[in-house]
Amino acid sequence: MAVRKNQATLTAAEKRAFVNAVLELKRRGTYDAFVSTHNDFIMSDTDTTERTGHRAPSFLPWHRSFLLRFERALQAIDATVTLPYWDWTTDRTPNSSLWGPDFLGGDGTGTGGRVATGPFAQSGGNWTLTVRPDTRNYLTRELGQGGESLPTRADVDAVLAIATYDAAPFNSSSSGFRNNLEGWTGINLHNRVHVWVGGNMSTGMSPNDPVFWMHHCMIDRLWAGWQSRHPGQGYQPVRRTRNVVALNDTMKPWNDVTPADLLDHTKFYTYDSAY
Amino acid sequence: MSESTTTTEITRRRMLQGTVVATAVAAGTVVLGLTGPTVTPASGADTESGDSFDEVFRNRRIQGMPMSGEGHHAMSGYMVLIDGRELHMMRNADGTWISVINHYQTFATPRALARAAVNSLDGADLAPLAA
Ligand SMILES: [Cu+2]
Repeated sequence: MAVRKNQATLTAAEKRAFVNAVLELKRRGTYDAFVSTHNDFIMSDTDTTERTGHRAPSFLPWHRSFLLRFERALQAIDATVTLPYWDWTTDRTPNSSLWGPDFLGGDGTGTGGRVATGPFAQSGGNWTLTVRPDTRNYLTRELGQGGESLPTRADVDAVLAIATYDAAPFNSSSSGFRNNLEGWTGINLHNRVHVWVGGNMSTGMSPNDPVFWMHHCMIDRLWAGWQSRHPGQGYQPVRRTRNVVALNDTMKPWNDVTPADLLDHTKFYTYDSAY
Repeated sequence: MSESTTTTEITRRRMLQGTVVATAVAAGTVVLGLTGPTVTPASGADTESGDSFDEVFRNRRIQGMPMSGEGHHAMSGYMVLIDGRELHMMRNADGTWISVINHYQTFATPRALARAAVNSLDGADLAPLAA
């Protein structure tokens, strides 16, 4: 069984294996297909129309499936690799080893916020952005410059205490666990981490920054943490509901998996420590 | 930073002189119209304060206008241009706005959204929207 680990605990060899698999996926063109898929849903998921990947109950199962597909693509290159998670309640500064030159590289510098260090600096020749919202073809970041702070442990605990998974109208205005986690309302865990990293992570093409996967892996871990705290609660809506994915509806673009199929992550992987 | 010192409001009178008519070109980008309008503001632009804007912010021309009809802007009912290029944007259920550049952060008005995008772009141009 694959174990997803806290990125802060990875050995140098594990970091290298992860980075090399990501770079190889990029070289093959597969990486950019993931960026495109994410952005396609970002553009079409709205509060009043069909919504699947974002601002919707299926935010969590959709990203769980998205991450699983990415992780399997990495494992086809190196079977030892699993997705690490970034616990931003503990690794909270630009000085974290996460942003080291041997891992994700550092903050953006100069005009344009260019990431100039590490394996994902465009100057290294392995990380040129093709699916992008503007003319910059290099990775950008503005760590901590977006006016948002990273969520704290208290913030996470408060969100995990919300008993109801989601509520009508099942969009960015909903109360409930999912939307407080996603961040369109209330405490906001997910959205503000995108803003804290800034640069590409602020955009619809956020998977251009490999930290996307580690952030969403943490979000996925928090979903599991919520499930363990609320055994009597479950995914909503259960019954067919206009414009949103109900428990047993298949999710686009894959059409081969439902939220119900994804509720138990231990069928696929475990976390080194439960939240 | 005081925005008032870095922006220049372009007046309604200038707008009515027709300099801000947007034209969707075949490539799917939107540029300032020189060849005649195919897309026009939905209602008399600027009839209510804040409906439309046209200003220079940090040396970038930003424009916003209510829209109807076909295209990317049909959903949101509004279009923002930065140096003539359309910014993909979306309205939230609570009336706030997001854009493809600042997707995870909400803004109270299209003008605030446009200014935030200018800040994030840091001199870069928007990529053309897919048709
Ligand atoms: Cu995200």
